[in-house]
Amino acid sequence: MRRQDIATIFALVDRSKNELLRVPGATIPGVLAPTIFFLGLNGVFSSLTQLTGFTTDSYSSFLVPVSVLQGAGFTGAAAGVNLARDIEQGWLDRLLASPAPRWVLLTGTVLAASLRAFIPATAVLLVAFGIGAHWPGLDGLLLTYAMVAVTAAVAACYASTLALHYKSQSAAPLMQAGMLALILMTTAYAPLELLQGWLQDVARLNPMTLVVDAVRQGFVGTITWEETWPAIVALTAMLTLVGALSLRGMRRTAA
Amino acid sequence: MSELATNLRVVAALGRRSVRQTFRRPQLMAPIVVFPTLLLAVQTGGAGAAVNLPGFPPVQSFLQFMLAGAMMQSLMLAANSGGIALAVDIEMGFTDRLFAAPISRYAVVMGRLAGTAALGVASALWFLTIGLIFGAEIAGGVPGALVAIGLTAAATVAIGGLGASVALRTGQASIVQGMFPLIFVILFLSTAFFPDGLMVEPAQTIARYNPLSFVVEGIREPIVAGLDGTDVLDAVLAIAGIAAFSLLLSARALRHRLRVGG
Repeated sequence: MRRQDIATIFALVDRSKNELLRVPGATIPGVLAPTIFFLGLNGVFSSLTQLTGFTTDSYSSFLVPVSVLQGAGFTGAAAGVNLARDIEQGWLDRLLASPAPRWVLLTGTVLAASLRAFIPATAVLLVAFGIGAHWPGLDGLLLTYAMVAVTAAVAACYASTLALHYKSQSAAPLMQAGMLALILMTTAYAPLELLQGWLQDVARLNPMTLVVDAVRQGFVGTITWEETWPAIVALTAMLTLVGALSLRGMRRTAA
Repeated sequence: MSELATNLRVVAALGRRSVRQTFRRPQLMAPIVVFPTLLLAVQTGGAGAAVNLPGFPPVQSFLQFMLAGAMMQSLMLAANSGGIALAVDIEMGFTDRLFAAPISRYAVVMGRLAGTAALGVASALWFLTIGLIFGAEIAGGVPGALVAIGLTAAATVAIGGLGASVALRTGQASIVQGMFPLIFVILFLSTAFFPDGLMVEPAQTIARYNPLSFVVEGIREPIVAGLDGTDVLDAVLAIAGIAAFSLLLSARALRHRLRVGG
């Protein structure tokens, strides 16, 4: 990696940071949505913990991982929407005409999304601890933030692939719905054994289930390597796949 | 009489335009159908075991219970989308041209709401069909389904009036769009997704008095229990109350819009 590539990546991250500082309201939907879902679902479905087979008596602790990952998914999807906006406004054309390699442009977008995902994650965690969710320990917290960052990167690559394909912000619902489905079709609401019918089968096959369960360990019990490494493998595989697709999309986009 | 006929034609024409606009723009259609369907699927599969909880009302399945909640969610999002589309019309100067035409200004707003109501009916049909395909029974049969659809359409107009009033007052689509999270707050604080007796405080108390809970229970009754009438009557009263409130707000906002223009 050349020094100018790193400088370009940080310039793109800086651009994203500037957007946050200049339009602080832009972060509100990304923060509000997972927080509202967290509080709402906790208020509505808390009594599910009374079911035989539920792994904890604190539904807020059970729900935290889903909500922080949902925040990461929305933030990553927003990166795709912003890329589509850049395409519509001709800004990406100018970037593509520069000597910066395509992968550098993509890395800047994805890295910015990973860093931005810490904002909704922190908001959800603060609210969760405020209403009595269990403290996951420092290792649990670090694991949560790491998984949030990579999940946001996966979402940003997926959304960027769609943005580069459709070249329009109209594809935004597809970006958001895709990530929402991936994250919710897991053990989001209940442990695998309590899921009904088709969702149990889908959750068993969905690689994001491994990530949700890995983040959840610290909140409902203790962290073990046996539950952590499958999530690392799952995220690495997902990132490799959607990263390759988005890079392909970027390479096919002419300046 | 001819003036009424003219206004009805305007309402019908603008209603058709509103429906076409929604179907042509996926970003307007997705929140009305895709998100509620996705949440219905995930919540039914994820929290379906809840029907075994002590205190859960007798239902055939959790899907049957959730249909009314999904319809409520969809109609509220349709109402919000209608408000956004009206605000976009104001931003683009389309409503200015309509206000300059020799037609009733209220017909312009009613046209938008008619389109929103049509979307409400479409979403009710969509969710009832999905429910039937996946094994949910409509306890009230065809008359029950018609009552549920009628209540959904009426509630869409009543709640759509609130979105229209915000659009008319502000004239900015981004502000109406900002109400999106509020919809979920109100929904979660109602009995749309769960019986109030099994919710935790303060959600339980708020849900008990939330007017939307009355509406959703009215839509749910013909689906899960048949046509008893009690909850349906409560729903009609709640919808009438919301409609009166939104009419008042819309009338004031319309006067404001005519004063400031744009």
